[in-house]
Amino acid sequence: MGRIESCFSELRTREERALVPFVTAGDPNLSATEALVLAIAEAGADLIEIGVPFSDPLAEGPTIQRSSERALRSGTTLRGVLGLVKNLRSKIDQPLVLMGYVNVFLAMGERNFAAAAKEVGVDGVITVDLPPEEGELFFDSLIEYEVDPILLASPTTGESRLAELADKTRGFLYYVSRTGVTGARKEIAAGLEEAVSMIRRISDVPVCVGFGISTPEQIAEIGRFADGAVVGSALVDLIEAAETPGPAVVAASEFVAKLKHALR
Amino acid sequence: MADVPGRFGEYGGRYVPEVLIAALEELEEAYPRIAQSSTFKTELDGLLATYAGRPTPLTFARHMTAELGGAKIYLKREDLAHTGAHKINNVIGQGLLARHMGKRRVIAETGAGQHGVATATACALLDLECEVYMGAKDIERQALNVFRMEILGARVHSVSSGSKTLKDAINEAMRDWVTHVRDTYYCIGSVMGPHPYPTMVRDFQRVIGVEARQQMLDVEGRLPDVLVACVGGGSNAMGLFHPFIEDDSVQMVGVEAAGEGIESGRHGAALNAGVVGVLHGMRSLVLSNDDGQIFEAHSISAGLDYPGVGPEHAHLRDSGRATYVTADDESALDGFLYLSKMEGIIPALESAHAIAHARVLAPTLSSDAIVLINLSGRGDKDAPQVRDLLAARRSGSH
Repeated sequence: MGRIESCFSELRTREERALVPFVTAGDPNLSATEALVLAIAEAGADLIEIGVPFSDPLAEGPTIQRSSERALRSGTTLRGVLGLVKNLRSKIDQPLVLMGYVNVFLAMGERNFAAAAKEVGVDGVITVDLPPEEGELFFDSLIEYEVDPILLASPTTGESRLAELADKTRGFLYYVSRTGVTGARKEIAAGLEEAVSMIRRISDVPVCVGFGISTPEQIAEIGRFADGAVVGSALVDLIEAAETPGPAVVAASEFVAKLKHALR
Repeated sequence: MADVPGRFGEYGGRYVPEVLIAALEELEEAYPRIAQSSTFKTELDGLLATYAGRPTPLTFARHMTAELGGAKIYLKREDLAHTGAHKINNVIGQGLLARHMGKRRVIAETGAGQHGVATATACALLDLECEVYMGAKDIERQALNVFRMEILGARVHSVSSGSKTLKDAINEAMRDWVTHVRDTYYCIGSVMGPHPYPTMVRDFQRVIGVEARQQMLDVEGRLPDVLVACVGGGSNAMGLFHPFIEDDSVQMVGVEAAGEGIESGRHGAALNAGVVGVLHGMRSLVLSNDDGQIFEAHSISAGLDYPGVGPEHAHLRDSGRATYVTADDESALDGFLYLSKMEGIIPALESAHAIAHARVLAPTLSSDAIVLINLSGRGDKDAPQVRDLLAARRSGSH
């Protein structure tokens, strides 16, 4: 059983939901990200998404766009991110998932990347702009190296395609809560619970909901019907506002602890 | 592989966030159904003839032919189409399609502003709401086109992320589309993006080549030997080339922007210096570094200033059916001045790249050979920039 699968199965046994924080690797530099991930792991993160910065992040709102730009300015590369995972893997047990855009992974070559990801201890990979019909070689390479390809579903995904995505994903299914880009929102999207219930009827794969989720109240609401919630922009906003890495770590761990409390 | 819809050899495809898959499937189903209906064809042909000014003429470039002393040179005059470039062919087609699909809100990206102006024009004509995304840097450089779009009733959004140019405007248009996907039509300006856009935009631009082919037969009684067209995203070139693909005797030459020189790294030549990658929903040749980050393109001509290229061009390059060369900023500027003085036609700086290559090519061919250049747009829009460039040349500071 992979680390992600065990994580969800243990959480289900304890009747808990997964808190999945997202941070961009290298924002503002890789050593700051390492300290940050260690702190949020300690504060209650169940699984951590690490963003691989890309020059043209077309699914991201302003917060993550700026975060990616800061990371690229500090010279962050995919190899650097893999080095970060290697360091983290020896220190924490939580599953580590990379999230990024396909051009960056392809530049290394599908199989080379999959092998390197396995070697450093990456547990899963989310590729924002690679639907399954285009990703066969990439996803097969990941599966061959026991790294989970995690697929996304969205409010515009029809029922038959949902079934296909739920079947092909590994680890969990990432449900995009709204049509739109990433970024903190005040309200949870309408129809979210119905959408997740529909997936439940089709498959028993864990479902994590992301995009636009930013408060303990929203998290608690999502925890009623989904296996986990992803919080990205709200966390990245705190890191950006803190300006220096020290206070950013403190602010981020307090926030993560609050969010996790809402899910217990 | 080439027979799979949306694939051109190893290129093309649909590399988009999941939210957009349903919209692309809807478009893939609606486009052939609507575009092949006789109602649509009648409307489109009618507007192209009575509104866009088609067919555009074929002009024999008498002085250029004599001066270069080689092949006979003809110009396909897309500069005479409404709004001054071939862009109108595509936007009238897509605007009509949006109406038939019941989408009243149209978004578009634009670099220099030509596609933005064309889209704003079609939306005014077809009574559609129009919003255009444009890089903050381009808005500064092309203030007049921003004003033209506004006069036509469009809202122009300034994009200040990334490099603040065309590629970022496309990202932002995609972000809008992801958000408003249910009621919004994204009118892409070139033979690029996710399937079915490269095929659809090509089909709407084929009218260039279909007309030119018949006009050559009417005037010369035979097909040309070489086609020459500039390539940024590649829509004018694809529009000219495609109807000639089965004519083995016709060579097809695309001219990319070498900018300050390929070796300088400041160019727009994805077919000559790019790598296989994924950008803006397509797998194609892109300007990308070893880490998969896209770098900014550069050209004197904003319309060629794009770090990718349409996937069908990448396939034509690999198959050898078309060849792709480059012309740098200096030779394009010279081509701009040359055609203006020789033939009394001020070409767009984009099209001036094709002129620059034809000046090199024509003298190497015999006098019974025929070269057909796609004059994709007129150069009035470039006059202020060229004035500044010439002033810089005179003071020796270029």
